[in-house]
Amino acid sequence: MSSAADRSKNYLNEESGLWSWLTTLDHKRIGIMYMITVMFFFLIGGVFALLIRAELFSVGPTVVEGAAQYNQLMTFHGAIMVFMVIIPGIPAFLGNFFLPLQIGAKDVAFPKVNLMSWYCLIIGAAISFYSLFFNGADTGWTFYTPYSIETDNGTILLVLGAFVMGFSSILTGVNFVATTHRLRAPGMGFFQMPLFVWGLYSTAILQVVATPVLGITLLLLAAEKTMGIGFFDPALGGDPVLFQHFFWFYSHPAVYIMILPAMGIISELITTFSRKVIFGYKAIAFSSVGIAAVSFFVWGHHMFVSGQSQLAGVIFSFLTMLVGVPTAIKTFNWVATMYKGSIQFQSPMLYAMGFLFLFTIGGVTGVMLAVMAVDVHFHDTYFVVAHFHYVMVGGTLMAIMGGIYYWFPKMFGKMYNEFMAQLSFLFIFVGFNVTFFPQFILGAQGMPRRYFDYLPAFEPLNRVSTVGSWLIGIGFLIGLYVIVSGMLKGKKAPDNPWGAKTLEWQTSSPPPHTNFHEQPVVTGGPYEYR
Amino acid sequence: MSTVNKPRSEGGHAFHFDNAEHEFETSKFGIWLFLCTEVLMFGGLFVAYFLFEHKFPETFIEGATYLDWKFGAVNTAVLLLSSFTMVLSIYYAQNNKTKQCVNMLFITLGCGFIFMGIKYLEYMHKIELGLLPGEMFSFTGEVGASNLGLYFSTYYMMTGLHGSHVLVGMGLIVWCIVRARRGEYNSKYFTTLECVGLFWHLVDLIWIYLFPLLYLVD
Amino acid sequence: MSGHHIIPFSVYRNVLLALLALTILTVAVAKPVSGFDAGVFNFLIAMGIASVKAGLVMAFFMQLKYDNKLYLAIIVSTVLFLALLFGIVMIDWASRAPVMSTL
Repeated sequence: MSSAADRSKNYLNEESGLWSWLTTLDHKRIGIMYMITVMFFFLIGGVFALLIRAELFSVGPTVVEGAAQYNQLMTFHGAIMVFMVIIPGIPAFLGNFFLPLQIGAKDVAFPKVNLMSWYCLIIGAAISFYSLFFNGADTGWTFYTPYSIETDNGTILLVLGAFVMGFSSILTGVNFVATTHRLRAPGMGFFQMPLFVWGLYSTAILQVVATPVLGITLLLLAAEKTMGIGFFDPALGGDPVLFQHFFWFYSHPAVYIMILPAMGIISELITTFSRKVIFGYKAIAFSSVGIAAVSFFVWGHHMFVSGQSQLAGVIFSFLTMLVGVPTAIKTFNWVATMYKGSIQFQSPMLYAMGFLFLFTIGGVTGVMLAVMAVDVHFHDTYFVVAHFHYVMVGGTLMAIMGGIYYWFPKMFGKMYNEFMAQLSFLFIFVGFNVTFFPQFILGAQGMPRRYFDYLPAFEPLNRVSTVGSWLIGIGFLIGLYVIVSGMLKGKKAPDNPWGAKTLEWQTSSPPPHTNFHEQPVVTGGPYEYR
Repeated sequence: MSTVNKPRSEGGHAFHFDNAEHEFETSKFGIWLFLCTEVLMFGGLFVAYFLFEHKFPETFIEGATYLDWKFGAVNTAVLLLSSFTMVLSIYYAQNNKTKQCVNMLFITLGCGFIFMGIKYLEYMHKIELGLLPGEMFSFTGEVGASNLGLYFSTYYMMTGLHGSHVLVGMGLIVWCIVRARRGEYNSKYFTTLECVGLFWHLVDLIWIYLFPLLYLVD
Repeated sequence: MSGHHIIPFSVYRNVLLALLALTILTVAVAKPVSGFDAGVFNFLIAMGIASVKAGLVMAFFMQLKYDNKLYLAIIVSTVLFLALLFGIVMIDWASRAPVMSTL
């Protein structure tokens, strides 16, 4: 079944027409649909971000009329980026495409469930955007009680939309855990799996265990808004901080859902572009699972000043510092991999190195925030905003971009324009630091987050930050051009342009519908460069 | 490759599995993972129950007096019986006895109807008395605790979420009946029955805990 | 399906009878029903009986006894995570400054 004639057929051209895509069960096509969807939502969330920064360019109203409109902007920027971009971004797109390929399988365990998870994302997003017709939501993406109960607008629709999107995440998680356990090729034990798979596997466990708690939390919020059940209402004996406990029990592991797959990508990029076996494979693998486990113990570090007891705060502060340890282990191992490697500076590697620099800053500032005495001053200031943008954008987004360019030739059988990709990186990297580094300073000086306006003394740094946001915008627009023009008219790519060793590079670019022309049999580790 | 294109009832399987056994075991694994998510979702409610019950023990004791333990006990027996008949439907399928398999599924469905019927009666009785959740609590009789609304919020959220899962389970059983009558389940293939069965047992398991916690508290 | 263990009808029947008997026991040791009062142990006994029933359903009806031990590990770890959420919120509530609500 692997004659030369068959190699002209691949997953892209095997069937045509919109309907064949919307009803596909092929994990690669579903991955591409997620790619387009997530990029579309990223564009919208990005426009909201530019509007926020435009508003904050000057003291007083600049582009919006007042606080009410601004609060909607910042709520939607957060909700879109969290639920529609960063959580599905890597697992549902690159994970869907490459998990089966990297373990030598022909598809994920449950292809129909896979398609269903995409529809959950679309429907959930539609419900969320529908709330805009009712003045949206102005609570911040975290929906804290009691304001989220009292506010009278489209909040409940956004909450319901998030609930449906949670199902998308759960279904992806179930699929990936089952796939990793049950569909590995002969010879591929857990310790022969690429580290991207370890990252996706740890993430999938989090998606399965943490997301349902968000589900019940959102249901309780909806019930309180519609029926006044009183779980979060002191007048009935409830506790508004209980909402925060429930909410962050999911949402802290959620941020590791966002970063673990990204770290998996970085492991792939660094080893391939250093042409050297990864340093400390088992340490990185165990760290992934370790981070996933410890992530459940630290949620209260979002609540140091919410009214939870000091004892609880001390416990959370200590546990939070523990989670920095496996993260640091990974970072040291990546750098050690590069040491005495033969480094290739193509754009995927630029993004990987950008990740190392930016994620380290983000991670270290996270440890700063873990210190309760420090957090008391920094909570709800721009310091926190800068911290999480460094890890989520400087971390996860850098990794997605690196992954897209790395796997571009495999997904589309074409090469992208390397020069333009590097230009895009430059704008994004510089623009990112110009936007967010000043925010550390602003936060330390006391500028509160989520505020429509600020004191005049904060204006100069806010202006710098806004200019930075324009640079980021240009960078991503160039990136969009690189990806689209590459897809349409890129040069034909070989099966393995980077000389990488993992299984996806042993099949054609783009892969055939059943992934491999012959059943792969694994005889060694994933990174045997020397 | 010859087993891939055969129908499931003849030992066929999807192309990405090695054989039918591989597909069956993987499907079971997937359902167990999904059950895990259900346990966590209900678990959040159980956590809330334990927290509030610990904080307001008198409220919960008083609230429970408005629940009739006999209805709860009957419902417990009904669900246990339905788990039994569900598991028997698989037993008969494994022994290639389609008619008995379908009959067991019908009895399971019937148990579901009885359960929901009794729940409906219980709810109607409470609504008439004004024993409603949270702010809607409007009972006009004498009460000891001042926040009985919180107890009934817990009651309605837990039994309501459970009841909605019973309804979903009943829908899934109807689908199984349709397929079983078409002769799709036999000793070679009964995966759907197994998966729906596991879901149904979970619904039973949750009620096994709900019954003492809500009805028998003192 | 080869390698498939068919559990005999009698096992299922006996499990059902045991479950129904335990349900009667549940009711018999409940204070609102029979007045059986063992203080704080009432709750523990009720949860214990419920857990035995749950164990029977899981072991025989859901066939955990005959399956991959991984599934059992998954369920057990799930319960442990919930216990964590409960435990830490309890610590929080227990260690707050005195005034928490007017109730």
